[in-house]
Amino acid sequence: MLLAADHLFRYYGKHCAVNDVSFSVAKGQVLGFLGPNGAGKTSTMQMLAGNLAPSAGQIQINGVDLITNPKAAKINLGYLPDTPPLYKELTVYEFLSYCAQLHGIVKTAITAAVDKAIVRCGLNTVEKRLIGNLSKGFQQRVGIAQAIIHNPALIILDEPTVGLDPIQIREIRALIRELGQDHGVILSTHILSEVQESCSHVQIIHQGQLILHETIAGLNQQMQTGILLLTTAQVADKTALLHIPGVTLVESISPKQLKIHHVISDNASERIAEFVINAGWGLQEMVPIKQSIEDIFINLTQSEPADDL
Amino acid sequence: MKMILTIASREFRSLFLSPLAWIFLAVIQFLLAFLFLSQVETFTTIQAKLATIEHAPGLTDIVVPPLFGNAGIILLLATPLLTMRMICEERRNKTLSLLLSAPISNADIILGKYLGLLGLLWLIVLLTVLMPLSLLLGGELDFGKLFANGLALGCLVTAFSAAGLYMSCLSGHPTVAAMATFGLLLLLWILDWSSNLQNKHSELFEYLSILRHFQGIQTGLINSADLVYFALFSAGFIVLSIRRFESDRLQK
Repeated sequence: MLLAADHLFRYYGKHCAVNDVSFSVAKGQVLGFLGPNGAGKTSTMQMLAGNLAPSAGQIQINGVDLITNPKAAKINLGYLPDTPPLYKELTVYEFLSYCAQLHGIVKTAITAAVDKAIVRCGLNTVEKRLIGNLSKGFQQRVGIAQAIIHNPALIILDEPTVGLDPIQIREIRALIRELGQDHGVILSTHILSEVQESCSHVQIIHQGQLILHETIAGLNQQMQTGILLLTTAQVADKTALLHIPGVTLVESISPKQLKIHHVISDNASERIAEFVINAGWGLQEMVPIKQSIEDIFINLTQSEPADDL
Repeated sequence: MKMILTIASREFRSLFLSPLAWIFLAVIQFLLAFLFLSQVETFTTIQAKLATIEHAPGLTDIVVPPLFGNAGIILLLATPLLTMRMICEERRNKTLSLLLSAPISNADIILGKYLGLLGLLWLIVLLTVLMPLSLLLGGELDFGKLFANGLALGCLVTAFSAAGLYMSCLSGHPTVAAMATFGLLLLLWILDWSSNLQNKHSELFEYLSILRHFQGIQTGLINSADLVYFALFSAGFIVLSIRRFESDRLQK
């Protein structure tokens, strides 16, 4: 287990920003960390990176406790905060060699490590330029290079694709997938499609609490709760449809268009089709609607707010 | 230890990447050169009179202590401007997390930054010492006294920057740090003035006053009590800085 976070709490005064969060990341996993603004994503990441002390709870990185033995634990850690920590007065090359030194890479290996990070993040063309003069996209990439230069087991990226153009986003996603093969990666983002594209696991945090921890495959399955869009020639009888076994909810969009929610397990759709034909409503169209990750996100984050306020 | 030096050398070189270090060196050097020249001028005008007095103060006595005393006052003004940005600005630019997530202890970070800045300040002291040395072209110097003055100024900047570093750890804005440092240092500088009032001596105030210890070493009498004062002063503020830096992680 590369990372084990155990019952993490973080209070800012009386405000509880992170409330009993536990999860783990293994090698080869890319964990997408989703949540609305102010949900506690950045606080959690700062705690994992040792920049913020948790109010309670334990963090182990590669089996080493981050709180009692921070120096040894941080060797296995690469962190890109939401604002890349860059010294603007240095050139890319100087900056990355400094980072390599800070991470205790031996002198003889520094050049090789810097060169590798530069190639991986596509910084070849700008390595001699001052960081302050680079575009936002390149600065972001220098930030990522800084996080991976010492080849850490665990890489934490806080919103790595913010401010990048679509081509750069694609490159960074490819890089993240590549990193995910032999490291553990945690990345936070607002962009839901990013999670679907580059992550193997997803977790959603809302008001400081984890409300979902799933593999992408599991999530995809969950997303097919089964919604059928039914279009008929005649007006269909909603209550009759509700009596079909497996149908949970019928919403009407227009008199001749219905949205039918059903259980996915047994072949409910077959029965619905049969029923509609037998009733003589004139079946015109029956389309399954795939729920997007957006829907799940919005459902989860909006369904249960009131009780703790 | 290696990490301290890595951070210190980066800090020192970064100072010279901006005009900051150059402008400090240039301005301080210019002012001191002016003061030095006027001091030499004074000596040449009163030289004839001095020749008639027995045990008269020599060239070193007339030129060096006032020069270093003035250098102390200039540095009292200048050091807060150098120290103010050390931790504070990194915190504001959010670059601290680079150091915080690297396998380095907080003490290493503070000490590294402190030594990096001391490098520049000691360079200023060194350049100040070079000035009287130019008098060797046409005169003789009391090297012991010159050394004592250099040491006094070195101790002084060591203490100043430790206090400044702590203020930089405390405050959220560099200007606040500079003002607080300046206030603290000036207070400690003038503290023993009050002891001259009504012939009432306050032993405590006298001991706390930086000026008294500075002038103590300047006379050429290198007293271990004075050295211990500067050592304690600097170490105290460094420890406070480390503690404060650590608590950053807890509160924020």
